[in-house]
Order: sequence, then C-alpha cells, then structure tokens
Amino acid sequence: MNTKKSVNHPKESVIVIRDLKISFGDLHVLRGVDLDLYQGENLVVLGRSGTGKSVLIKIIAGLLEPDEGTVNVLGEDVAKLNKRELDALRLKLGFSFQNSALYDSMTVRENLEFPLIRNVRNLSRSDIDKAVEQALEDVGLSQTINQMPSQLSGGQRKRIGIARTLILKPEIMLYDEPTAGLDPITSNEINNLINEVQERHNTSSIIITHDLTCAKTVGDRIAMLLDGRFERQGTFEEVFEDSNDERAKQFYEYNFVN
Amino acid sequence: MQASTTPSKTDTTPKPVVSRRLDRMFLALSDVASFVGQFFKEVFVPPYEGKEIVRQCYEVGVRSLPLISLTGFITGIVFTNQSRPSLATFGATSWLPSLISIALVRALAPLVTALIASGRVGSNIGAELGSMRVTEQIEAMEVSGTNPFKFLVVTRVIATTFMIPVLAMFFVFLGVMGSYVNVAQNEKTSFMSFIETFFSSITFLDINSTVVKALIFGFTIGIVGCYKGYNSSKGTEGVGKAANASVVTSMFLVFIEELLFLQIINAIRAA
Repeated sequence: MNTKKSVNHPKESVIVIRDLKISFGDLHVLRGVDLDLYQGENLVVLGRSGTGKSVLIKIIAGLLEPDEGTVNVLGEDVAKLNKRELDALRLKLGFSFQNSALYDSMTVRENLEFPLIRNVRNLSRSDIDKAVEQALEDVGLSQTINQMPSQLSGGQRKRIGIARTLILKPEIMLYDEPTAGLDPITSNEINNLINEVQERHNTSSIIITHDLTCAKTVGDRIAMLLDGRFERQGTFEEVFEDSNDERAKQFYEYNFVN
Repeated sequence: MQASTTPSKTDTTPKPVVSRRLDRMFLALSDVASFVGQFFKEVFVPPYEGKEIVRQCYEVGVRSLPLISLTGFITGIVFTNQSRPSLATFGATSWLPSLISIALVRALAPLVTALIASGRVGSNIGAELGSMRVTEQIEAMEVSGTNPFKFLVVTRVIATTFMIPVLAMFFVFLGVMGSYVNVAQNEKTSFMSFIETFFSSITFLDINSTVVKALIFGFTIGIVGCYKGYNSSKGTEGVGKAANASVVTSMFLVFIEELLFLQIINAIRAA
C-alpha cells in the first residue's frame, strides 16, 4: 500500500472550525470540534460510523446548522451568510456525496451541465459541451456521456459525481465516504483520482472515511474523531503506527489485521 | 415555601395519549402551513424555472392523457347505460344528455380526474421526491447553488394546478363521446341534437366552478405529493410511505374539498 508523501503546504487555513457542537435530541454528536484545513492539503477525517463525520462536512457546506461554534470557510463565517452569499460560497465548494447523488432523471451530460448552466452566465453551447467533455475526460469516463445514472457501476457513479463537482472548479472538495461500497481495485482508482484532483486543480480537500487504505493513500494529514472531538491529528504514522492510543490501535487492527 | 406550579425539567410524567396526538397533529399542521407559505413565497420570485415547468406539465398532463381518456370514455358509456332504466320508467330517456351533462360537468369530471391524478401523479411525485431525499439528490442540488424547493416543488405544484383542469375538460369531452355512443345505439339520437341538449342543461357557473374546483384539486395533489416526498424520512421505507401517504391524503382532501365546494356553489345558486 502506498503512503502519500506529505505536501509542504504554506500554513494558510481555508477552513477554520472552532468549538463546534451539534446534538440531535439527546444525542450529542459533535462536542466541541476544532479543525483547520490548510490550502492545498488533503485532510482525512476518520472515525467510526455515527460519530458525526458526515454531519461535520454538511455543517461546512451550510446544509446543517450547528448548535454552537464557528465555521469559517475561505474567510467567511458560514452562520452569518444570507441565502445568496451562502449559494455563492457553495460554488467554491465541491461536495461529493456518499451515494454520488446523481440526478436519476437526467443523463450523465445533463447531470454535469446542471450546475454549470444554472450558475455560470453567458455560456455558449460549445463552451458547455467543452466543459462537460473535459470534466468527463478528467475522470476517465468520456464514453458514458449519454448514459443514465442507472446504467453506471458504483465506481463510475462516484467518478461522475466527482466530475460534476469539478465542473465549477471548486477551491475546496468535500468527499463523503468516497470508497464506501467499492471493491479494493475500484477504491484504489478513486483514491488515485482524489490525489489527481488535488494535484491538477490545487484543491484543498476534506475526505470523510473509515477506510484506512484510503486514508493512507490520499491523506496529507489525518484527524480522528473520537467521542465528538478530534482527539488525534497528524500524519498517518503519528496517528496510528506510532500511537499508544488504544482506540486508534483498535481502529487500525480492525482495518488491517482482521 | 410555596410550591412551584411550573413543571420541572426532571418531571418525566408521560403526557396522556390524546394530548400527545394533538401535539403531533398541530405540529404537522404548522409544518404543512409553512410548506404552503414557502410555496407562495417562492412562486412569484425569479428565476421562474420555465423549462422545468413545461417538462412537469408534460409529465402530469400528456402522460396522464391515455388513462384519463379511457376512464372518461368508459364513464360516459357506463353512466348513460345505468341511468337509462330509471329515466325509461318515466318515458324520459330524451333527458339522458341533460343528465349526463350535469353529472359530468358538475361532479364526475373534476372528481374522477382528481382521483386518478392522485393515484398516478401524486404517488409519482411522492416517490420521486422521497427517493431524491433519500439518495441526497436534494442536498446535492442545494450545494450546487440551486434552490431545490423552487426547482422541484414549485414547478410540480404549478404543473398539477394547471394540468388537472385541462385533464378534467378532456374527461368531459371523452365522457360526452362515450355517452353519445351509447345514446346513438339505443335512442338513435343525432349527434347535433345530443350536443344541443347537452349544452342547454349546463350554465356558465357550472363550467367556471368545475375549472376552479379542478384548479384547487390540482393544487392539493401537487402540494400533498411534494410535501410527503420532500419531507420523507430516510431509507427506502420512507419512499414507499411517502408515495402511499401522498395518494391517501390527497384523495381524502379531494373528497373534503368536493363537499365544501358543493356547499359554496349551492349557496351561490340559491342567492
């Protein structure tokens, strides 16, 4: 398994989260999260199911409102933005959903055109076609352009989902479980694609996963969510291999030993 | 020391079942009211999503035409056939076109069209939006800078509101044709004579009230289907429940509205 070489990034934060708390009824999911995402890095957020990893990126995208704390994205406090400002900020974020969230009633071409047509003014037909073809080429799926999402495999759907987010050239990518439900070979292809996106588009990314292979392959830095807080942050080696933390060890062993 | 009358936070005495149900009912009603309020807030504000409205009108209107046509034609034949013996007792079979016109225009066309649309269109909207909610397509739309309420809900409600009256009129037309086929076979009435008698029995108020009623039915079917689908709970079970609840609730409301509308029209006629 490849371990990703750490990127020497300048320490400019594109996302700053402080003391973030959210509960659903009596369930306290996030209990005071502090996190920084630096320009150009891939940050992997690890944690067991139900620990609030997906909730965290949904808060960043303004899909959920936190109970307490601040989320600052590209210098803007998400909670203080009005609808129009939030929509403008969201265009700088690419959100790749766990189930790809492709629009079932549209072809691949229409799926990719959708955000472009609705957000970029004065585009000619040829500009749109060129952008769609380029995005598909970036993910290696040019041949699927006229297919319906139901005709695609799980891995293809993930790639098209990523292509749809890339079409607006986002500055930050948020990946929710990019390798969930995929075989190891397809997972590896997705991991490579995440690294390619980072290199080619110079994006900063948060990758939510509980797949340690994915974490090791794509992560410049790992943050482990335990009991609603980031208790361990660092490189893969710092968090797992050189760690004495029982919970981190347990997570590592269940992924690689069992 | 005086005892406090306000319940403490640790008071875990369960509320009576009736009280809990009432709480839930009022919460649901306020939720529906805010959903309808949001529709009226969004419908007049650009962008108007014209292309999507046309697509939804096609889905609701054109795709329902075969079913509405068949049902209307058969209703015309059956209703005429079943009414004949009663009228024949009094030697009044020549009144058949009048009877059919009143029955079709005033009651059957909007009601049957709405019931068919509840089943076909309402369930479709509930299942489609429910599935979009479950598979995070609605959230995907939101993060890509599109207002999903406007794109998904407003367009569908507009389509059902304006297409149900069109379908109801089509139902009347096919019902008349079906009725004429039956009358022509049995009474040898000419087509012109049939149509003349048919239209002499209905008034401008009848046609207007039918159109208004169908508009209200269409709005109800659209808003119920969208509300159930848009707010469906997570999981595939939620999709099924959303589709089912869309049909049951919209059919129930259509009957209630029919009853209320009847009272209003009767009051107008009496005035």
